[in-house]
Amino acid sequence: MADFDEELDASGLNCPLPILRAKKALAGMDSGKVLHIIATDPGSVKDFEAFSKQTGNELIESKEEGGKFHFLIRKA
Amino acid sequence: MEQKKLAIIATKGSLDWAYPPFILGSTAAALGYEVEIFFTFYGLQLLKKKLDLKVTPLGNPAMPMPGGMEKWMPVLVTALPGMEAIMTSMMKKQMASKGVASIEELRELCQEADVRFIACNMTVELFDMDPSDFIDGIELAGAARFFEFAGDSDICMYI
Repeated sequence: MADFDEELDASGLNCPLPILRAKKALAGMDSGKVLHIIATDPGSVKDFEAFSKQTGNELIESKEEGGKFHFLIRKA
Repeated sequence: MEQKKLAIIATKGSLDWAYPPFILGSTAAALGYEVEIFFTFYGLQLLKKKLDLKVTPLGNPAMPMPGGMEKWMPVLVTALPGMEAIMTSMMKKQMASKGVASIEELRELCQEADVRFIACNMTVELFDMDPSDFIDGIELAGAARFFEFAGDSDICMYI
């Protein structure tokens, strides 16, 4: 997994909480910084793709590892 | 790019039906939408400071019950005293165990994200409700006020 600046553990949370928490975390970050999100909700894979498309925050990486989903999002 | 707008009319006041307006409202706000929710009739219950929302299997043949009970339980049994309280408590436990947010939490997230809440003035008067029982930041207004926003919205839904 590439470098990141902030981390958000949304494990155990269900839709739409991972997205809402990520949005909040990104709001407190500077443009260009990268947020690493960890989630267990399988729906979050499609949700973070859609979130990225609609908000312009780039989804750099999305992968499953050890039963958890990991996302890297760069703040626009 | 102009900000997209979502207008929602929330008309129901049970625990299950409290979710759609707050989930969609908060998510849309996170995606950059401007959001207004117009609460009318039983939907006004969702604005109370102290929420006492319930769910009932009565009259809802689609409601899953523990152990598949809904397949054989006579409808009359779902009307017995205490059933509503039991099902509400079970539903809340199930939601917590699955990491589903509480209504209070989703409502707060909506307000933090500047989702605007409008209470239908007519229903408030009809039911003799006291607006001081509502959470802060509620606007009291009528149908014409809703259309001022809904008329320009990209998505408008009735829940």
